Amino acid sequence: MNKCMERIKNGIITENPTFVQILGMCPTLAVTTSAINGLGMGLSTTVILIMSNLMISALRNIIPNRVRIPAYIVIVASFVTIIDFLLQAFLPGLSESLGGYIKLIVVNCIILGRAESYASKNPVAPSIFDGVGMGLGFTVGLTAIGLVRELLGAGSVFGITIPGYQPIGIFVLSPGAFIVLAFLIAFLNYRKQKKQQKDTNDTVCRSEDCMHCGNTSCGGKFFDFDGDTDVIGHAGQKQAAGGKADVQKTQSVRADQTETEPSKSEELPSKEPTEEIKVEEKQKKEKPEPSKAEEVPRKEPVEEIKAEEEHKKEQPEPSKPEEASEKEMAEQTEAVEQSEKKSEQTESVKETPKKAPSSGKGKKKKSKKKHNSQKEKKEGITEAAATKADGQEVKADE
Amino acid sequence: MSDGVKIILIAVSAALVNNVVLSQFLGLCPFLGVSKNMKSAAGMGVAVIFVIAISSAVSSLIYQFILVPFHIEYLQTIVFILVIAALVQFVEMFLKKAMPALHKTLGVYLPLITTNCAVLGVALNNVTAEYNFLESVVNGVGTAIGFTIAIVILAGLREKMEDNDVPVPFRGMPIVLLTAGLMAIAFMGFSGLIRL
Repeated sequence: MNKCMERIKNGIITENPTFVQILGMCPTLAVTTSAINGLGMGLSTTVILIMSNLMISALRNIIPNRVRIPAYIVIVASFVTIIDFLLQAFLPGLSESLGGYIKLIVVNCIILGRAESYASKNPVAPSIFDGVGMGLGFTVGLTAIGLVRELLGAGSVFGITIPGYQPIGIFVLSPGAFIVLAFLIAFLNYRKQKKQQKDTNDTVCRSEDCMHCGNTSCGGKFFDFDGDTDVIGHAGQKQAAGGKADVQKTQSVRADQTETEPSKSEELPSKEPTEEIKVEEKQKKEKPEPSKAEEVPRKEPVEEIKAEEEHKKEQPEPSKPEEASEKEMAEQTEAVEQSEKKSEQTESVKETPKKAPSSGKGKKKKSKKKHNSQKEKKEGITEAAATKADGQEVKADE
Repeated sequence: MSDGVKIILIAVSAALVNNVVLSQFLGLCPFLGVSKNMKSAAGMGVAVIFVIAISSAVSSLIYQFILVPFHIEYLQTIVFILVIAALVQFVEMFLKKAMPALHKTLGVYLPLITTNCAVLGVALNNVTAEYNFLESVVNGVGTAIGFTIAIVILAGLREKMEDNDVPVPFRGMPIVLLTAGLMAIAFMGFSGLIRL
């Protein structure tokens, strides 16, 4: 029983075919010139959806997989023909105002879509309720659009004229359908966005993976003004990805499943650019720091050179050749270190933040020690070779 | 009026005045779904022209020579949709063997056309208006050309709109629908262009 009620709720609210899935647009826009027409079309579609779901679910184990689409089509078309003739006989007024669109229920994406995605994989009872849910959702959508269009375009509600209102004709014509549906969906998006803003306080893109984010308008920059990044550009690594990232992923997965649903996947990531822009401006006011990770290691050698130059200025500048050679050694060590950094950038990214706070003096001593040890090694080798040679010569002499 | 003039008027009417998407609201699902970029829109348009041309011819023939003589006109919905589904399969297989380049371009869109309201709608309209064979084909091709015009225009507009600053609730489907609504207003200017 719970599953059945869940199916109904799913069809009316969560996955409403008209406002959320954007399916079955042809009858939606065509027949909603008045609320009664919308209601009639919605109810006819509901009946056909229930019956076809029932039939397809009952036959799901018998229909071979390769011919399932033509089989579904035949089933749906038969029911459509039956309903069409019933309407012509018992509700001729409705049949005339709906015109040829009753016959086009056959190719209504909703019916084939539900058959393919739900009825063919589930038992009969949930399929029936799925049909009820989806059909009711469709009816609600159609009636809502029909009400708005009739109210604005003909000044009446369910046939009852409202006195003293000058109707705006365009709403009962074809452009009006597009415009009314656009505004209704935008209104529902707005409500959804407000609700999500209340639920989560995140204002930063939590995606750790730019490549699969799907939000193409953030420009690859996202800022974290909570201060929990270790390297700028990889926001949210320290915090759990939870909430938004998962919602993003599920919504983008759903967008892949239903082709005509670009709104959802673009919705959620599209919120972030507007908030990020505000965050950007704040950061720019606070610190003039660069936002790219590449500039960080590049800065470090510059800082090192500056620190060493300051250190040289501090000491009295001698004209002794030793210190001049020390300068040359220092420059050589800088060159060595720079080439090392260029070849091993990842290590430098981790090391340079640690190196930066240490004083220039320490660095110079370190580099001096390094070079001296290298020189000593070389000298040691040559000395050893020399002593060996000398010893041999001495021995030879002796 | 002579037959030749009537045929031209049918074509123009189908393509522009009673544009299949913007006036008759047929073929909206692919119209809204496949119009993200020009290339896919053009591909969809060509596929639709192809399928509708053949399907309107075949369904007209079947109606005239099979359904009417046997007095089973009430089966037209079922028969037409089966014809269309089978036709799409055959067209796809034929293109795969004979014109693989075209098949690769059209690729995904061919199976989608089966559920395109426009194809079935054209077939049923031909029956309602009682067109003969040639008029049916012309009506079909005209309709498909109208569909292609509309979808290519919408794709061009959507490509331009990609970098625009759209208000957050309107992002995605609402702004596309508004654009289509404005296009519909523009196409309303064609009404009264001809009188059949």
